[in-house]
Amino acid sequence: MALRSDIQARAAQLRVRFEAAGAQVVDTPLLQPAGTLLDLYGEDVRARAYVTSDALRGEQMLRPDFTVPVVEAHMRHGAEPARYTYSGEVFRRQELDPDRPNEYLQVGYEVFERDDAAAADAEVFSLFALQVRGLPLRAATGDIGILMAAVEGLNTTGKRKTALMRHIWRPRRFRSLLDRFAGRCPVPESRRKLLSTEGDLTGSAVEIGKRRAAEVQARVEALRADAKEPPIAENELLALEALMAVRETVPFATEQMRDIAVDLPQINPALDRLDARTAAMKARGVDVDNLDFEASYGRTSMEYYDGFVFGFYAEARPDLPPVASGGRYDALTRQLGEGEEIPAVGGVLRPDLMLQLEEARK
Amino acid sequence: MTLKLGVPSKGRLMEKTFDWFAKRGVTLSRTGSDREYAGAVEGVSNMELVLLSAGEVPRELAAGRIHLGVTGTDLVQEKLPRFEQQVEELAEMGFGHADLILAVPQFWIDVDTLDDLDAAASAFRAAHGHRLRIATKYHRLVREFLTDAGVADYQLVDSQGATEGTVKNETAEMVADITSTGETLRANHLKLLNDGLVLKSQATLWRSRVAKYGPDEKAALNTLLDLLEHRK
Repeated sequence: MALRSDIQARAAQLRVRFEAAGAQVVDTPLLQPAGTLLDLYGEDVRARAYVTSDALRGEQMLRPDFTVPVVEAHMRHGAEPARYTYSGEVFRRQELDPDRPNEYLQVGYEVFERDDAAAADAEVFSLFALQVRGLPLRAATGDIGILMAAVEGLNTTGKRKTALMRHIWRPRRFRSLLDRFAGRCPVPESRRKLLSTEGDLTGSAVEIGKRRAAEVQARVEALRADAKEPPIAENELLALEALMAVRETVPFATEQMRDIAVDLPQINPALDRLDARTAAMKARGVDVDNLDFEASYGRTSMEYYDGFVFGFYAEARPDLPPVASGGRYDALTRQLGEGEEIPAVGGVLRPDLMLQLEEARK
Repeated sequence: MTLKLGVPSKGRLMEKTFDWFAKRGVTLSRTGSDREYAGAVEGVSNMELVLLSAGEVPRELAAGRIHLGVTGTDLVQEKLPRFEQQVEELAEMGFGHADLILAVPQFWIDVDTLDDLDAAASAFRAAHGHRLRIATKYHRLVREFLTDAGVADYQLVDSQGATEGTVKNETAEMVADITSTGETLRANHLKLLNDGLVLKSQATLWRSRVAKYGPDEKAALNTLLDLLEHRK
């Protein structure tokens, strides 16, 4: 394990390089209001973040990452376009693996830029690649935007599409929704009975709680309406499954996805954006011909990313978390911006892991 | 030194534990007055009885302050992360059966499964501006269960007692609680979700993996294990 002072020195060095790339330094409080993070991530975040509280401010969390407070700071008083860098501790609860630290340094770089998404993506990726150059790392890339475009363009009801979009980042629930909408799983007996009824339901059960009878009735009607809809077509479903399974180098992945787009034409604009990004990365000297692309990359671990995603992994140490990771999070700025929004892309580095890998090589 | 056995200090759980050990040739008893938490062991030499609250048994086992302990699977799994590494299950004792379940109001005729719950939670949040509240004292178990099932838009609110009443009082929309028969649920106009069984629990004899075992403790443990073996 590297010395703390060495890790801090490395973090400072990395931050200086991000400053040289045009970023201004930002700092955020260690204690974050818990409400924002809970609204964003849901109850799951409690398993990852330390929660504390006082009588005055209520529940607060020890900063589990920088992205949310940096976005909030930018939405409050940032000029456009903006580039930020930061370095500091983040805190993660560890309940399963005693070898994983619960406090470590992150150094980040975030770009808020309206005009050229492809160029901003390429800028961030190549800057991170430069910072970790020489380390035995494998880069993984993906694009959640392609999958989202595929879902949005499905030939089915808006309600079904909204339900699927809500679970893009929860692959298991996404899968079970998809199976249901495709008519692949049998309807449970209780549901069949409910659907065989008509009109308002008059039950004998007592109405209790804040979820009212009208809400129950509204969902029953939604279920009845949904039962009348045809299932998602087999060819669309197969194409969607093929898309989620794409895992190749960028040129081959692009080719495969263009083939899939014959059945899912709605992904073509997203693929055009991928092409533009690939060109911008190439122009910056990234070896895109040997860069890995996985269409499902980022679905389990990177909840607010909704476009380009990337990570750098230690090839010989699959037990380590990524040394660097990041992506595009346009929707997050919309969610935190109270009516405002701005396209944004960024990432973070782990100086402690970089030093650990360097030491191991000596 | 002595082999320490932690047993819940009160009520039926203590009596049934005493009966269970008695059938296996080990006599446990309280000494002194009813208010004094001291006990005696006959049948195994160098073994000591420690009376404490059932909720404290997991912590004491994990700290190695007791070698053996009787408590429910639910409490061990809620309180000890990676419990298998800290304690070993020696015997399920066949009483204290209780299931940790998810329950919703009976009149929610549209909600029978986790799939339904997830959809209802999403609509509820949109309508009320806050996530659907689940009252429970088993935060970790329930959260892990719902995360695994991919249910979103819920929040856990702490309830240390009278949990079934929270829905009527509108401090929660549903509950996650221990039930043995379901009577309390029905009386409070609640029903089980079909796939909402979080955990099946019963009174269990655990051995601490972190406590220190000297020659005396080892000898006492072996004597006890032999007795338990004969009675299986």
